[in-house]
Amino acid sequence: MTAPATLTHTLAARDLRVDTVAGHPVLKGVSYEIAPGEVLALVGESGSGKTTAGLAALGHFRRGLVHTGGTVSLQSDDGEPVSVLEVGDRERRSLRGSTVAYIPQDPAASLNPALRIGRQIGEVLETHGYGTSAAERSARIAEVLAEVGLPDDESYQRRYPHELSGGQQQRVGIAMAFACRPSVVVLDEPTTGLDVTTQTLVLRTVAALTTEHDTAALYITHDLAVVATIAHRVAVLRHGEVVECGSAEEVLRAPSHAYTRELVTAVPHLDGTGATSTSAAERPESVTPESAGSNGAEPDGVGSNGASADTAEPDSAEADSADSNGTQPGDAAPAATGGDRARTPVLSVSGLSVSYGDHRVLHDVSLDVRAGECLMLLGESGSGKTTLSQCVAGLGEPHAGTVSLSGSPLATSTQRRTAEQLRSVQYVFQSPYSSLNPRKTIAQSVELPLRTLTDLDATARRARVAETLERVRLDPAFGDRLPDELSGGQRQRAAIARALVTTPEVLLCDEVTSALDVSVQATIVDLLCELRRELGTAMLFVTHNIALARHVADRIAVLRGGEVVESGTVDEVLGSPSHEYTRELLANTPRM
Amino acid sequence: MFRLILRRLAISVAVLWLVTLLVFVATLLLPGDPARAILGQQATPERIAALNDQLGLDAPVWQRYLDWLGGVVTGDLGTSAASQGPVTELLGGRIGASLVLLVGAAVISTVLGLALGTWSALRRGRAVDHTVSGLSLVVAALPEFVIGVALIVVLSTTVLPVLPSVTLAPPGEPVWSRPSQLVLPILALTLVVTPYITRMMRATMSEVLDSGYVEMARLKGLPERVVITRHAVPHAIGPVAQVIAIQLAWLAGGVVVVEFLFRYPGIGQALIDAVNNRDVEVVQAITLLIAAVYIVVNLIADIVGIMTNPKLRAEVAR
Amino acid sequence: MTATTTQSTLLRRAWALPQAKIGLALTVVVVGVAVLGPWVGPWLTGHDTTSFAGKPFQSGGIAGTDGLGRDVFTRFLSGGLTLLIYAVLATALGLVLGAVLGMLAGYSGGWLDSLIMRGSDVLLSFPQLVFALLAIAMIGPEGWLLVLVIGITHAPRVARVARQATVAVKDADFIRAARMYAMPRRRILLREVLPNITGPLMVELGLRLTYSIGYVASLSFLGLGIQPPTADWGLMINENRIALVVEPWGVLLPVLAIAVLTVGTNLITDSLASAAAGTSQSGKPQTAKEASA
Repeated sequence: MTAPATLTHTLAARDLRVDTVAGHPVLKGVSYEIAPGEVLALVGESGSGKTTAGLAALGHFRRGLVHTGGTVSLQSDDGEPVSVLEVGDRERRSLRGSTVAYIPQDPAASLNPALRIGRQIGEVLETHGYGTSAAERSARIAEVLAEVGLPDDESYQRRYPHELSGGQQQRVGIAMAFACRPSVVVLDEPTTGLDVTTQTLVLRTVAALTTEHDTAALYITHDLAVVATIAHRVAVLRHGEVVECGSAEEVLRAPSHAYTRELVTAVPHLDGTGATSTSAAERPESVTPESAGSNGAEPDGVGSNGASADTAEPDSAEADSADSNGTQPGDAAPAATGGDRARTPVLSVSGLSVSYGDHRVLHDVSLDVRAGECLMLLGESGSGKTTLSQCVAGLGEPHAGTVSLSGSPLATSTQRRTAEQLRSVQYVFQSPYSSLNPRKTIAQSVELPLRTLTDLDATARRARVAETLERVRLDPAFGDRLPDELSGGQRQRAAIARALVTTPEVLLCDEVTSALDVSVQATIVDLLCELRRELGTAMLFVTHNIALARHVADRIAVLRGGEVVESGTVDEVLGSPSHEYTRELLANTPRM
Repeated sequence: MFRLILRRLAISVAVLWLVTLLVFVATLLLPGDPARAILGQQATPERIAALNDQLGLDAPVWQRYLDWLGGVVTGDLGTSAASQGPVTELLGGRIGASLVLLVGAAVISTVLGLALGTWSALRRGRAVDHTVSGLSLVVAALPEFVIGVALIVVLSTTVLPVLPSVTLAPPGEPVWSRPSQLVLPILALTLVVTPYITRMMRATMSEVLDSGYVEMARLKGLPERVVITRHAVPHAIGPVAQVIAIQLAWLAGGVVVVEFLFRYPGIGQALIDAVNNRDVEVVQAITLLIAAVYIVVNLIADIVGIMTNPKLRAEVAR
Repeated sequence: MTATTTQSTLLRRAWALPQAKIGLALTVVVVGVAVLGPWVGPWLTGHDTTSFAGKPFQSGGIAGTDGLGRDVFTRFLSGGLTLLIYAVLATALGLVLGAVLGMLAGYSGGWLDSLIMRGSDVLLSFPQLVFALLAIAMIGPEGWLLVLVIGITHAPRVARVARQATVAVKDADFIRAARMYAMPRRRILLREVLPNITGPLMVELGLRLTYSIGYVASLSFLGLGIQPPTADWGLMINENRIALVVEPWGVLLPVLAIAVLTVGTNLITDSLASAAAGTSQSGKPQTAKEASA
């Protein structure tokens, strides 16, 4: 099957076809090839079939999937190409782990929790008869641990996976994959769930190992910024088809396929270009159920990721005002609204501290959010950012310090806040998959705050719900549907509608984009910016993604280990970060 | 880890104490004059007075409880109203006879259940799996006495009369001196619990086989035998141990019906007789005994669970 | 994964499985016999359940006579209704009590959770049948007591499942949202939590019904449930088993009826469990006795 011409490739997949047992196609003829020492990024959003395409390289198909056509040929350093999907079980087994290795997405789930890590690495070596003696093998274990930047001593090898951090676990996974010096490695989103600093470390390790050993790597990811950092070539996968393939430079700078363009423009940029550059004319007025089609479709993304040109204005205007007020850092007024009103804080947090037992989650945190302003609260996992936003919303644990709304202090728990206070502070949750009751229609969910917090009658409530759904660019006809029948982006719009239905003064957005696909993220960010302009709602935008700063925020507060380490206008913080940690974050954030 | 085990032990002791309280409080439910209720038609004023005295019914409730509890702790379970002998004497031989049934059924059903469950998990979706799942589903639905009667019909009377349906136990001769009469009761109990162990083992194994680390073990190129024995089975043991314990404890209840059906001279039969005779102290003793078995077996299962969990086990090292 | 299904889709998914159809057919047949039997029986055979129909253990009529010379077939047709009613009542009691306690424990956490769950542990230390025997020994074999005691022993088992399911949804953001909108706890439990745990509760319903039938029948079989001279399947087995060889119908008919009924309800339960497992996070079968423990 394999043409002689492909011999320059270590791994070549030809016209791969995979169906579900039920007959639904997952891969519809996927081809890719990787040369020795080359990193091919396989880019796709959830449901594109990218993991299936990657696992096929090892001749593995998950339960419920059937290989229906195509070949994968694999050439090790020394010998004939092998057709991975056609050889017998025994021979395929001898390839896995030795010639072609896999690095999984979730290291915590993929390491056997009951075996010591040294043992798990040694297992691969033993199975494939690496070296001639046990001593040689244990030397290799130590060597490969050192290669991935972990301690190589005996006591470290005797640890269990749960005694390591997420980044360390992932590096053990990488060590395990590289132990037998494979010709090909398949990396399945290996940095998802790691913070940016660890991500940089892992990416560097992978790059160093592939270069050093001339290993061909298939890097599966959804993150184009990471692609720009590591890949030589890129294949873009959508609905089981490769829509574009080329060098990383070509695909990222001058994408030829509409979908790739959409993905590329959706990536938020630290310097604020990209997502704000396309024209507003492409944006459809609202998403209708008819255009939504079936469940899995994501109509939000199509041609709608460009924010209107106006969005750029607050940013640039804000930059001006920051310049003029340069002597008073952190006091810059949002230019969009201006005036005295903007200077009074709507929401004010002062001296907030929270501890769980001995563990200090927040320590003496103070923040102000002024009317019409968006403050980005930036922090990585464990920084206490979620605890902070929950304290503000009244969902948190008892805390010291005060949270006040327009000068009057708010009670710790929602039970003791007045209806007016509850109406004024609203919350948009991280995942639209869990923030809407799956047994209630969208309209019922959106109506809930009106029922409990206002005296409106049923007719008025219904009118307000329809109005708010339109406001978030969702056809009111969606109101009668269950969350199940909506895409992720549509659900998040509905969740935003629920938060806006009581016309709050402050909107808390807790990682509202992180559960969504890239192309949808951009539309949600744009929507929030537009709503802020239309309604003048102040926003506390909680996120781990510093790249969003210029797209949404006027000011930034950086939270680390429960303390605010830096705050100021976007320009100040991004342009001349004063704290070591912020500098590190900026340095480690991958750019395209 | 030791602290966890100690904590678990303390909980068991507390539960056991609450159980004694409950068993005692149940006697307060005896309607009207308990002595009259117990004696029924044989009640004469003298006998009622004698019984009241014997049961200590004139003393305040808390004192009666303490007396009874003191007796239980020191091994004095009271006097049987029906036989007029000490309860301990009545139960002595029967406990051994019941244990034979319990242990026999426990060993067979555990081995059988684990084997069948693993086998069908490894062949998910194939004919073997469907057959095992279907059969276990049907058998699991049947009450103990239905299984027992079916066994008697098939193996003892109508179809294949090869085994005795009734246990003959001349006084002084232990039941196991005639092994053939143990076959049907043990078989009935085995059929009662094996389906549950099988189903649970299959479900747990399936879950483990779908886990990331088993997939990873396969992608590392390990032979299937190693994947199963080293990466899959150890993770199924903890959760399944608990289920097995619960099923074995369940046997302690099922044994009552099975003993009654086969006229087997164990504590189950004694319990039914005691309930019929309103022999309060015997009922108390047996229910307490069965509850204690239940608690101890669950305790052991939890300890196995703690010991097979590397996260908990490693706490010692730290 | 999120629990995303409406009640109707759960039932539809369950119905798509073959065991649901077989189970329902079996159940309907036995329930039909039990419900219609008491009226049809005397008209069909010309005998009353307690009247003398012939010499003891004769094979006259459809299924012969029992030890007291009563017509076995008439008694068989009448013997299922009481059993069924008791089983349904006990199941309902156990399910409601267990669901309320479990939801309260799971949602509230803290001391209330500990109190309810430690209380359950005590009840769980008795095999259900043994606990029933303890109560019957003290009070006597009354109908209401059977229902009460079986219902009460179901409750902690149902409560465990309900609690687990509640804990799984209680930190979902939509519940937090409801709390943020100052919804009272009772309404959160009723409107937000309950609709999202119906899957496991439906499975419990089927499972507890299967066991209730088994327990009521077992107690009657032990002579400590439904009392003579009432015609009852469990009791009939006990009364007629001495003559199994001579006149087997008195045992076989009720044994078959109970077997078919419990197998039927268990098949339905299994289909519900499979359907619920497909949509919620729990993939384990709930059909194990005490699977929740």
